[in-house]
Amino acid sequence: MNLLDAVLFLPLIGFLLLLFVPRDREEAIRRTALVISLATFVLSLGLPLGFRRAEAGFQFLTNLPWIASPPIRYQVGVDGLSLWLVLLATLLTPVGVLVSWRHIDKRVKEFFAFFLLMEFGLVGVFVALDLFLFYAFWEVSLVPMYFLIGVWGHERRVYAAVKFFIYTMAGSVLMLAGIIYLYNLTGTFDYRVILEQIASGKLALGRTEERLLFLGFFAAFAIKVPLFPLHTWLPDAHVEAPTAGSVMLASVMLKMGCYGLVRFCLPMFPGAARECAGWIVALAIVGIIYGALVAMMQPNMKKLVAYTSVSHLGFVVLGIFSFTQLGMDGAIYQMLSHGISTGALFILVGYLYERRHSLEIRDYGGVATPAPNLAVLFMITGLASMGLPMLNNFVGEYLVLQGAAQVNFRWAVLAAVGVILSACYMLWLYQRVFFGETPEEVRSKVGDVRVRELAAMLPLIVLMVWMGTATQTFLPPISATSAAILEKTRVNQEFHVQARPSTLPSHERQRVVQEMPRAR
Amino acid sequence: MPASFIPTPAEYLRVAPEIILAVAGTLVMVLEPLTPARRKRWLGYLAQAGLWVALAAAVAAQHAPGAAFSGLVFVDGFATFFRVLVIAAGILVALCSYGYLRREEADRGEYYALLLYSVAGQCLMAASAELVLMFIGLEISSIASYVLAGYLRGDKRANEAALKYFLLGSFATAFLLYGIAMLYGATGSTMLEAIGGALMKKEAGLLVSAAAAFMLVGLGFKVSVAPFQVWAPDVYQGAPAPVAAFLSAGPKAAAFAIFLRVWLVAFRPVSHRWEAVLWASALATMVIGNFAALTQSNVKRLLGYSSIAHAGYVLVAVTAHSEAGTAAVMFYLAAYVFMNVGAFAVVGYIARKGERYLEVDDLAGLGARQPVTAALMTIFLLSLIGVPLTGGFFGKFYVFRAALDAGLVWLTVLGLLASAVAAYYYLRILVVMYMREPAEAAEPLPPQGAALRLALWTCAAGTLLLGIFPSVILGFVNQAAGMR
Repeated sequence: MNLLDAVLFLPLIGFLLLLFVPRDREEAIRRTALVISLATFVLSLGLPLGFRRAEAGFQFLTNLPWIASPPIRYQVGVDGLSLWLVLLATLLTPVGVLVSWRHIDKRVKEFFAFFLLMEFGLVGVFVALDLFLFYAFWEVSLVPMYFLIGVWGHERRVYAAVKFFIYTMAGSVLMLAGIIYLYNLTGTFDYRVILEQIASGKLALGRTEERLLFLGFFAAFAIKVPLFPLHTWLPDAHVEAPTAGSVMLASVMLKMGCYGLVRFCLPMFPGAARECAGWIVALAIVGIIYGALVAMMQPNMKKLVAYTSVSHLGFVVLGIFSFTQLGMDGAIYQMLSHGISTGALFILVGYLYERRHSLEIRDYGGVATPAPNLAVLFMITGLASMGLPMLNNFVGEYLVLQGAAQVNFRWAVLAAVGVILSACYMLWLYQRVFFGETPEEVRSKVGDVRVRELAAMLPLIVLMVWMGTATQTFLPPISATSAAILEKTRVNQEFHVQARPSTLPSHERQRVVQEMPRAR
Repeated sequence: MPASFIPTPAEYLRVAPEIILAVAGTLVMVLEPLTPARRKRWLGYLAQAGLWVALAAAVAAQHAPGAAFSGLVFVDGFATFFRVLVIAAGILVALCSYGYLRREEADRGEYYALLLYSVAGQCLMAASAELVLMFIGLEISSIASYVLAGYLRGDKRANEAALKYFLLGSFATAFLLYGIAMLYGATGSTMLEAIGGALMKKEAGLLVSAAAAFMLVGLGFKVSVAPFQVWAPDVYQGAPAPVAAFLSAGPKAAAFAIFLRVWLVAFRPVSHRWEAVLWASALATMVIGNFAALTQSNVKRLLGYSSIAHAGYVLVAVTAHSEAGTAAVMFYLAAYVFMNVGAFAVVGYIARKGERYLEVDDLAGLGARQPVTAALMTIFLLSLIGVPLTGGFFGKFYVFRAALDAGLVWLTVLGLLASAVAAYYYLRILVVMYMREPAEAAEPLPPQGAALRLALWTCAAGTLLLGIFPSVILGFVNQAAGMR
């Protein structure tokens, strides 16, 4: 039992506790949820403090037997990748509780109980080091989100909830098949043992075998990311979900997919991952541009923000499959940045909705007059989201573009179009909502942010600036981990030594560039 | 041939569960006319006691494993597992039945007597090592089940269900019997072990293939796998809800037990030839069951189709043809008994008097009106979908693990995709329970009896226990899967 186990199980305890609070004591339920989630966050702050930052391996390990045969173990730990994702989840849960304080007024008990259960699932996904345990958490986090969308969502909530569940389920059963297949080959679910077997050559997958396994895992993760063209569930789920649901979905749940790609797809099936990288990068770039273009045309604010996610997560996938140190660092940084800034955007859109009860952009205008502070918060968040230097998204996007450019300059050019477009849709949105004529409806209904609302937003604003300026707080552990993962993807790759790379045809040149020692 | 035909005490112990169940059943029958109407429920409690004693006897018999009655009965881990399983199913169904029968004003002793006989037949099936005894067990179980399906005499649907079940069931039994006769002709024995030995020695001819085909048809009917599944939805829809729960649990589990015994012991030398047939049948069963369930609006019918799909998953494990596969079948059926009996119990409760509320939409607002019942139903449905930390998930996991181990990659992938489709129709029930408001004129729900509540909680606890700590039965299952 160490700190990480406490962080993992405290939300579950909170969930069980809430089940026993009488349902009419709504204020007590809200307070319990807030206290538990805050306590979890405070505990989780101990993780980066006690983390040995230069090491790439897993820390805070716990390894206990769970099921004897097949040997499934409760094995958890964090490295530089999962450390920050855990913190993201534990930070956004109390934020989500605060945001839902008044917004959720029916079935309060179930809502907050599911919210804590979801935190348990999400943290579990990021820390599980046993493939079976990982799958269990993966699915467990799905159920509360399904209810959050389906019960507390907007008009088309049932359609969105079922679509969300079925899409994710269809992907994850393929991953399950992959996990079982791997188990039958290796006799273990232990992630680290499997990696060792691959490294030592004990587990040698055939070419087709590896490709199919890769695709099985990739399907589950790509749907969750979501990678174009598997993204269609995302706008529906986001638009229909309650604010806190959207926040958790965008900020943390989508990261499950990205995390899975980095944690499992790359190191376990490096050959297949490199083989398919070209196709995946192409889809990622299409997603970046397509997501941005569609976002620009959206009349609905929430849908707009949802499509920006498709665009931003394209960067993450591009970074991962560039197989460069910079690209990978940037991708992981972008995961965190996107979690903060898009979560904040959803919260602000939620605040607007709570006041004006509309998500349509045309129902707003001149909001800056009655709600100046809200306008400032939105401005900072919007600028962060479009990647303004000194704010968080810039770091991730820049690193990804740099990494992509090392491999293929055209990728970087195309992806950079997405950055330009992001400025277009975000500024245009801001202009239409916050400036111009103030309709009577807006003037009478839209008040400025309250203290509780500000309390939910402030930590995110602080983090945007912090992550944009003091990158060294976060980057060293990330780099150590991504370097280790990149190292593993080189296992069975043949080496080409070329004296004069410039005379090679372009695809050969790419490969040589990939082989260059990483810049320090 | 054994030296003596006089059974030893140990041999009596090995058939004690069947004896106890038969005696208890007969006792209930005899006491029925002597019991005044207001005391009828005591007969139900008597049956319950009989089931518990039989359960104890089944466990005790495991301590004296071996053959009995000239090798007709063979008690091993496999037999014990299935005996305990079908008796447990009987106990759960009896618990759900008290309130149900009182509500339908049909609280008579015959019901419990039939239930006991049916369970006795299933125990016999689980422990038989000889084809004729197996057949007798099957008939005892089936005939009692036919009557149970039509137990509510005033109900037209129940009568239709019983008749359909009876006609198709007898037809299937005839096929099975024909197969047994051919097998006897080809090998000169009805003992499973001896048949296996005989088939090992000589080249299997056309007669053996025909026997295998006929027996496959008969067994396929009993476990409701494609293309012999058509009866299942009609019967599950028409039969009283607790009986439908029983039919999907006990008889099905026992039928799979004899399926495995016949296939893995008697036909072992030739069964690999039939892999393609089982493969196709398993896939067809999963696809038909899941896709047909998508469009159903009647909950009982929906669960009927879902039970076909689940039979398909179990057949995948049978197709794997290995010890791991057998263990997977056993584990899956155990989980299935809990989750499916639980789901049917909730449906029977919601249906109210005369089973008038059976549409999916009739569950609307259950989450708000009866949060506990809805939560328990959620557990059963999540388990039927196969979400981790429930028994249903582990069942699927073991089934498909065994299949992959046996090299059935495509069957696994297609089966898992079919199970993702299944999520849709189970989710529909969840959607209605939690995301819809109850209809204005909805009749209030009757109070839940203590017995029903006990059954529901037991089913939920079993489902979760098998999902979180599957080791509780896994060790036994893996050991028992070796059979002989």
